[in-house]
Amino acid sequence: MTRISLRVDGVRYDDDVEPRTLLVHHLREQLGKVGTVVGCDTSNCGACTVLMSGPDGKPVGVKSCTVLAVQADGRDITTIEGLSGPDNTLHPVQRSFHERHALQCGYCTPGMIMAAVDLLSENPDPTDTEIREGLEGNLCRCTGYQNIVRAVRDAASAIRSGGESAEPAPPTPEAVDAATPDGGLPPDRVPEEAVPHPVP
Amino acid sequence: MIPAAVDYSCPSTVEEAVQALGDEDAKVLAGGQSLIPMLRLRLAAPTLLVDLDRISDLRGVRSDGDHLVIGAMTTHAAVLGDPLVNQYAPLLAQATATVADRQVRHRGTLGGSLAHADPAGDLPAVVVALDASMEVAGPGGRREIAAADFFVDYFTPALEPGEVLVSVRVPKREGWSTHYEKFNRMAQGWALVGVAAAVRRDNGTIAEARIALTNMGSTPVRATAVESALTGADASLEAVRAAAAAAAEGTQPSGDLSASAEYRSHLARVLTERAIMAAVGQAHAA
Repeated sequence: MTRISLRVDGVRYDDDVEPRTLLVHHLREQLGKVGTVVGCDTSNCGACTVLMSGPDGKPVGVKSCTVLAVQADGRDITTIEGLSGPDNTLHPVQRSFHERHALQCGYCTPGMIMAAVDLLSENPDPTDTEIREGLEGNLCRCTGYQNIVRAVRDAASAIRSGGESAEPAPPTPEAVDAATPDGGLPPDRVPEEAVPHPVP
Repeated sequence: MIPAAVDYSCPSTVEEAVQALGDEDAKVLAGGQSLIPMLRLRLAAPTLLVDLDRISDLRGVRSDGDHLVIGAMTTHAAVLGDPLVNQYAPLLAQATATVADRQVRHRGTLGGSLAHADPAGDLPAVVVALDASMEVAGPGGRREIAAADFFVDYFTPALEPGEVLVSVRVPKREGWSTHYEKFNRMAQGWALVGVAAAVRRDNGTIAEARIALTNMGSTPVRATAVESALTGADASLEAVRAAAAAAAEGTQPSGDLSASAEYRSHLARVLTERAIMAAVGQAHAA
């Protein structure tokens, strides 16, 4: 087991993980971040996309099924659950997906939204072609791409003109309290029963 | 799908990494964008992963005289945005832009792609076309391997046990026009065939050309017959088409579900013509 420390949606989590654990499984099964889904499990579909800080600290979109949890040690991660603000105020990209009906079954949506947030952080005014190319790592098998492109275009315009922040919302005090039992505690204060044990 | 159990080490220097690789079944983990899928499918099951992520010396691009030195752990995204690469080795940026998708380019690294030596990978042909060389570190110290000698066979680089790719030295090329032409069936798909083309013109004629092909054999191959035919030719469509007709000469493409060997040879000719025409600024409709 390897000890890792991540900050996920603004909350710090210290855990022991097996080196083979994929980040997406750690997020879902250990930290309860089930908003991030496993789609294809083959690095193709992008449903598991989250933002992860790079060595320079800048958050970028990554496929969390293709990152080991140990590789995320010390990094900041934002999942779909960390995007909305206090009182469930939707992030502009979430709102435009809702308004533009940019989903049918909804399975690709968490990854699609995170990839769109990542794209807009680099290119705040993308053309339709740039949106399509920017989202090429995300598959929608309901083939709802047309409305997804419209939603991203609308969100870009809302962020540019409305003075809305494209940054994920800061965590609320409730989010910090609701974290897993050892969330945020220094290692020496984590109660023994809260330290997860591997399944033999 | 869950990888087999494996140990993990995260050294902070190249020397420590080389030491860790002394373990018989150890495997280097760079960005993991090829290795982790293989671990998940259990096509690879090393006993130890040696993660190079914390070796900060391995990241970044610097200028060293008439060469660029690109750290093996420089991500595709960093290569794409690097001003030195765009000025002195734009072919590398052009090909890197076609690698997989944004998320993969954020994690995947130049060194990882090259050491993976996938015949369908885009960057091996580029380093061959640019006459780059690889600096590797191992138990016996450091050595340099020319790109032309680095790719030995399918997924087999010329790395000895315990060796790790440290950096890629790319000669600066000014006054060259370049293009990477890739044909694939879908977004983020592998190249069925790709062509890395660099040409230097002198008074309207092509003075020198370097062309390398992706996925036309077990390793990237230079299209030397095309290069000779282009030398001294004018950059007209007719002359380029005549030269590109030799693109598949000496290649041994494989056939698979996506493309037969004959079709790959056809693609090599068509894409070589397109790549050269695009490089000389005369892209035309197919």
